[in-house]
Amino acid sequence: MTATDHTPLAYPFNSSRDLALSDAYEQAREAPGLLRVQLPYGEPAWLATRYADARLVLGDQRFSRALGLEHDEPRSSEGRRDSGILSMDPPDHTRLRSLVAKAFTVRQVEKLRPRIRELTSTLLDRMEAAGPPVDLVDSYALPIPVAVICRLLGVPEEDRPRFRAWSDAALSTSSLTAEEFDRNREELRAYMAQLITIHRRQPQDDLMTALIEARDHGDRLSELELVDLCVGVLVAGHETTATQIPNFVLTLLDHPQTLSRLRDEPTLITSAVEELLRFVPLGSGAGQPRYAKEDIEVGGTLVRAGEPVLVAIGAANRDALRFTEGGTLDISRSGNAHLGFGHGVHHCLGAPLARLELQEAIGALVARFPRLHVAGDITWKTEMLVRGPRVMPVGW
Amino acid sequence: MTWHLHIDSDRCIGSGMCAGTAPDLFVLDEDRSRPVSEHIPEGDERALEAADICPMLAITVRDADGKEIAPRD
Repeated sequence: MTATDHTPLAYPFNSSRDLALSDAYEQAREAPGLLRVQLPYGEPAWLATRYADARLVLGDQRFSRALGLEHDEPRSSEGRRDSGILSMDPPDHTRLRSLVAKAFTVRQVEKLRPRIRELTSTLLDRMEAAGPPVDLVDSYALPIPVAVICRLLGVPEEDRPRFRAWSDAALSTSSLTAEEFDRNREELRAYMAQLITIHRRQPQDDLMTALIEARDHGDRLSELELVDLCVGVLVAGHETTATQIPNFVLTLLDHPQTLSRLRDEPTLITSAVEELLRFVPLGSGAGQPRYAKEDIEVGGTLVRAGEPVLVAIGAANRDALRFTEGGTLDISRSGNAHLGFGHGVHHCLGAPLARLELQEAIGALVARFPRLHVAGDITWKTEMLVRGPRVMPVGW
Repeated sequence: MTWHLHIDSDRCIGSGMCAGTAPDLFVLDEDRSRPVSEHIPEGDERALEAADICPMLAITVRDADGKEIAPRD
């Protein structure tokens, strides 16, 4: 199969108003070679849907993120995203990553567990006091990761409404023009620069202070890199977890037997979260294309140097060649090396923190409300890179 | 003089961070990573960085005297 055989298929395949995985992926996984796809903006791309191909593209140094800056990158919105650390290759990427990595290692993050447990309990008390129906997103899913990342980074939690709007826009797809997208990014940068000034004057015990130290005394990053790294940690640090909490709840409600098993065996929460990370296709499509630095064969297709490849994580996570009954939700699955946090040098920085938050949030909610159910119409996030409810009324 | 690389395979989740950062030092077998060679010439900063950025803190680097030099605090 070569690039000229087919007109590229319009992409993304998934609907943004549910969490289903499009049937088109199953066909793609079973067909030889890679698919050719066209996103709303940018050049056509190859699409990898099999697990082995996904791991190759994400993990091999012959693929580059940085090269994308020199190309018309396949993307969902008009605005060009210089994604900072996500647009870098080693060794530049390693230099920045090593500055923030320590704050998110499994050892550091585990220390936060008691505080997060207390927080989930307080929020559930408030929900009970308010009485049903309650919006699970605003009352539970969002406050947990926001409180955690704000304290860790050094951002005032009361600014949540301000950065929720910025962060929504940063991850939005077609709703913004390029100018609006740029303006939004500059506002978020200005906000962060202001916080950095305050931290410079009054150092705190937080990640922002540690990064300022690395810049001012170690000269290990530029001022713009400092600002963008803080912005990245703030946005990535809450948006995906806040989205996956209601997504996981909806998925469990769709599988009542699994939900009742989890309620009866609370120690399954660790493997349940891994399985939900595998099973729930968070993205409407795929982003962050990898550019081939040389000709390289992927799943039977010769990708030429300079061509972009997108990876459909949600599809790879259900590949039957890697996961037995990949389309089935099995919360006691073992050997679950899913790609929910990506793979390779850009493997999610906050993975240990996200795991902990999801374990605590889902575990506590399931235990508190045995009759939890959706109690009204769900409003979906549309035009976002991630899928999930924007508003989700629940009762119990 | 050489440094010694070790990966705790119980901790390793095969994130691919190390193999992606320094493919000549680390390689992924199935779902786990391992050092290409347990002994490397001393002074390769990338080995220390790989130990620092491993999300599971699964990589240990020791100097010729057996002293742990990474992950760094």
